Amino acid sequence: MTFLPYAVAAWLFVVGLYGIVTSRHLVHLAVCLTVVQSSTYLILLSTGYVRHGSAPIYADIPPVATAVDPVVQALTLTDIVVESTITALLLALAVQAMKRFGSVDPTFLRQLRG
Amino acid sequence: MSQRGRLLLFLPSAAVLLFLLIDGLQRLTGFGHYPGPYGFVLNGVGVNQRHATNLVTAVNFDYRAFDTLGEEFILFTATTAIVLILRHMRGERERPSGDELRRENASEALRGMALAFVAALIVLGGYVVTHGALTPGGGFQGGVVLGCAAFLVFLAGEVVAMKRVAPEKLLEFADAAGAAGFALLGIGGLVFAGVFFQNFLDLGKPGSLNSAGTMPLVSISIGIEVAGAFLLVWTEFLDQAVLVRSGGGGSE
Repeated sequence: MTFLPYAVAAWLFVVGLYGIVTSRHLVHLAVCLTVVQSSTYLILLSTGYVRHGSAPIYADIPPVATAVDPVVQALTLTDIVVESTITALLLALAVQAMKRFGSVDPTFLRQLRG
Repeated sequence: MSQRGRLLLFLPSAAVLLFLLIDGLQRLTGFGHYPGPYGFVLNGVGVNQRHATNLVTAVNFDYRAFDTLGEEFILFTATTAIVLILRHMRGERERPSGDELRRENASEALRGMALAFVAALIVLGGYVVTHGALTPGGGFQGGVVLGCAAFLVFLAGEVVAMKRVAPEKLLEFADAAGAAGFALLGIGGLVFAGVFFQNFLDLGKPGSLNSAGTMPLVSISIGIEVAGAFLLVWTEFLDQAVLVRSGGGGSE
C-alpha cells in the first residue's frame, strides 16, 4: 500500500500524455496537460508525507507535534500557480488559433503560416 | 501523421515510460516514511525562528522567498503574454450589442445568489490574504478568492458593472504593483539587513496578526497581484466573446 500514491501519479502522467497525443481539440489538449501536471502534485505531496503527521501549521497543534514536510507543500503551491498560468496562456493561444485558422483541431494546424 | 500511426508510436513508448516511472518511483522511500531531514528541521525551528505558525507560508514567503519571486514573475509574464496574444487585431471590432446579449442570459436566481456572495467573498479573500502566516492560506489563495468576488459580478450578468468595479487599467496596475511590491520587500531585506529577502521587520508575537515580520506584507502584495492578474486574464477572455471580425466570416 505504501506505493499506491506513486502508482496513481505514474498513471496520471501516462494517461495525460495519452490524452495529449490523441487530442482532437486544443482546449481538450490544455486540460490533458493539467492532468499530467496533477501527477507532480501527487508525487511532491506523497514524498513529504509523514505517517500520522498533521499539517505543518502550528496555530492549533502543540509545537512538538509530528507534521508533514512544509517544503514540498510550498513547492506544490508554486506548481499549481504555474499550472494555472500556463493553462490560461494555452487557452489564449487556442482562441488565437481558432481566429487565424478557423479550427481548434491540432491535426489541422500542422503547417506554419506567417 | 495519421491518428492511427501516432497511437502506434505512442502506445509502446508509453508502456516503456510507465514501466520506468514505476521502477524509479519504487526506489523512493515508501509513502509515509519521509526520510527528512529538511522538513523535520523546519518544523522544529520554524515557529521560533520566524514567529509564523503556518510553515508553508514561512517557506514560500521567507525561507524560499527567492523562488517565490521567480514564480510570481512567471505569473506576471504569462499574464502580460495573454494580454498581448488576445489584443484587438486589425479588422476586429466589438459587437455593438455584446453587453446586452449577456445581460439577458443570467437568471434571477443566479443574479441574486451571485450578488449576495460578493461581500462575503471579499471578506473571506481579505481574511485569507492577511492571515497567511497564521492559518492555511496566503497571498496566492486569497488573491484568487478576491478575484472571484469581482467575477461574481460578471456571473450576475452585470458586465458593465464588472468593468466599473474592476476596470482594466486598475487590474493592470494591481498586477504590476503587487509584483513590484514583493520585489521591493526583497530589496528592503538587502538594504536593512544586508541579505536579499531577509526578514527585516519586527517578528512580533507568534499567532498574532502582525507577527512574522515581512510575511503579511509579502502576502498582501502577492494577493493584490494575483487578484489583478486573474481578473485581467478573465477580462481579456470575456472581451474575446464580444469581438467580431469585420467582413463577416468571424464567428467565434
